[in-house]
Amino acid sequence: MSKELIRLSNCSMAFDGEYVLKDINLYFNDKEFLTLLGPSGCGKTTTLRIIGGFQKPTSGDVFFDGVRINDVLPHKRAVNTIFQKYALFPHLNVYENIAFGLKLQRQNGKKLSKAEISGRVSEMLDVVSLKGFEKRDVTSLSGGQQQRVAIARALVNRPKVLLLDEPLGALDMRLRKDMQSELKRIQQATGITFIYVTHDQEEALAMSDTVVVMEGGAIQQIGTPEDIYNEPKNAFVADFIGESNILDGIMHSDGVVELFGRKFQCLDGGFSPMEPVDVVIRPEDIDIVDAAEGTLKGTVASITFRGVLYDIIVDFHGFKWLIQTTDLSPIGTEIGIKIDPDGIHIMKKSEFSGMYGDYSSFSDKYDDIGDAESELELEEAEGGYET
Amino acid sequence: MKPKYFSIPYVGWMAMFVVAPIIIVFVYAFTTPGGEFTLRNFSDMGIFMPVFFRSFRLAFIATLLCIALGYPVAYILAREASRVQLVLFMLIMLPLWMNFLLRTYAWMSILENTGLLNQFLSFLGLPTVRIINTQTAVVIGMVYNFLPFMILPIYSVIVKIDKNLLEAAHDLGANSFLVFRKLIVPLSLPGILSGVTMVFVPAVSAFVITQLLGGGMVFLLGDLIEMQFLGTAHNPQVGSAISILMMLIVIAFVILMNKFGSGEEKAVGL
Repeated sequence: MSKELIRLSNCSMAFDGEYVLKDINLYFNDKEFLTLLGPSGCGKTTTLRIIGGFQKPTSGDVFFDGVRINDVLPHKRAVNTIFQKYALFPHLNVYENIAFGLKLQRQNGKKLSKAEISGRVSEMLDVVSLKGFEKRDVTSLSGGQQQRVAIARALVNRPKVLLLDEPLGALDMRLRKDMQSELKRIQQATGITFIYVTHDQEEALAMSDTVVVMEGGAIQQIGTPEDIYNEPKNAFVADFIGESNILDGIMHSDGVVELFGRKFQCLDGGFSPMEPVDVVIRPEDIDIVDAAEGTLKGTVASITFRGVLYDIIVDFHGFKWLIQTTDLSPIGTEIGIKIDPDGIHIMKKSEFSGMYGDYSSFSDKYDDIGDAESELELEEAEGGYET
Repeated sequence: MKPKYFSIPYVGWMAMFVVAPIIIVFVYAFTTPGGEFTLRNFSDMGIFMPVFFRSFRLAFIATLLCIALGYPVAYILAREASRVQLVLFMLIMLPLWMNFLLRTYAWMSILENTGLLNQFLSFLGLPTVRIINTQTAVVIGMVYNFLPFMILPIYSVIVKIDKNLLEAAHDLGANSFLVFRKLIVPLSLPGILSGVTMVFVPAVSAFVITQLLGGGMVFLLGDLIEMQFLGTAHNPQVGSAISILMMLIVIAFVILMNKFGSGEEKAVGL
């Protein structure tokens, strides 16, 4: 296990008396790829800005390598940032943009030599595959190329930590996928700690070593992508990460949970007898069988074709479930379902219970994802950009 | 209706009050009082060179002072909270709502030998100064009257600079001074350039200021031209020739400025 590099200890942040971060405790390990994931206004960008030094926490401390850095200005931190809209300097060309930080660096009170600067810039241009673009005007580049310049400009300073604030938000889907693996590759090649902010759960799961799910200025869950997906801590996490049916259940004993008056086998335990719980069932963990053979019987209410599979909404006594399947059953047919014990995940009741996981008003949930513009506005309204 | 019809009044206005006078001036400049073609009006220009030189020198000094005074104001204005901004704006704009002559008369009574400034100096027991009717007084008058035209364009450019850029520069290791020098100054260059144009051009041709604050002792191009048309010298042909020469110099100057500043415009999305 690598060592701890940054620690936020009891950090709170308020703008005009409104708390956007509530008592955050979080540490970041050296060389890890950590993602702060959450919806607009959950406090993820504020957390990033505190680490970058653009905002001072209202209360609490920030430690870097064990040293308190609350009062250290951004330009004195061994941290570089990639901003939402890249923030490339429009009056400088690609080379000058990337060399900006190097020209300011002093080693033993001396400037870096011209040869060293140009060596490091061209090395960086190689890493982001922009060789030959040195003299190009940054405003003439495409979004993806600007993104690469922004990455090179930050990495060329060899920071210990790179902060990335929704860096792929403005790119189209395909480019985004490419850049995701590109970023992951760069992170592994350089061994720099990446702290990545996004509201796109797919992105978070695909890239991260550790995911921190945030909502309402508080951390909801910290874990590996697999943990977060398979063992969500509460209804918010279960709903935000992937699709999930969240139901009220009663825990009879370890491994036995009651749903709709029927007992199901599960793998979780450690609850008190007859404790009310939230039960998560992922749409892909549900098997469709003949009505006669199923543990539960329901009627197909709607079908949406998603390419690889169908999203079907099934009505079980008024409660609507989302099931993902490759088998098509026409609307109106009665089907049975079976759920394996490892497809049932039990969560303690939380403040989010009852708020999520019902598909009775199922509309196109995918609309929520990738709406980068509204996200930006909200984050700004949150009180960012103080100088 | 096609939008181009809307431009008719404007085109008419321009033709009557901009193009026609220029044509008349051109015609005058190349003719004798008798109406024959001549270049004499230009070849006799040599004797006025000291006036040209003095005018451009004073306009240049006034422009530099306007940058020196206006830039910090514009910078503060662009970065202050909105309430402070509003008050500052009022302070800058308010004098503009007063008559130009009135404002210049006010400076007369401040700078006069027994004026407010000297009264204040003697009140403090300091020696009095003689400013009125000197080039200094004329420059003060120019700076005072044209300063807002330097502040406003610079302000409007600085206020548009993306704050993310400044944060990015901080992030890359620049302290506040370096952020100012390496980002804010180059990015506000277009504002400075248009401010310079807006101050320098009227300053070169200023003439009321020279008469009131210079007391006729500081004779500039504006006075020279006025004298040729309305005054004692009465030679509209020579006056026109001087006007054209001045115009050419100013145009050359503006073109040069824009060349120098091209490439900066896109920096702020102008």
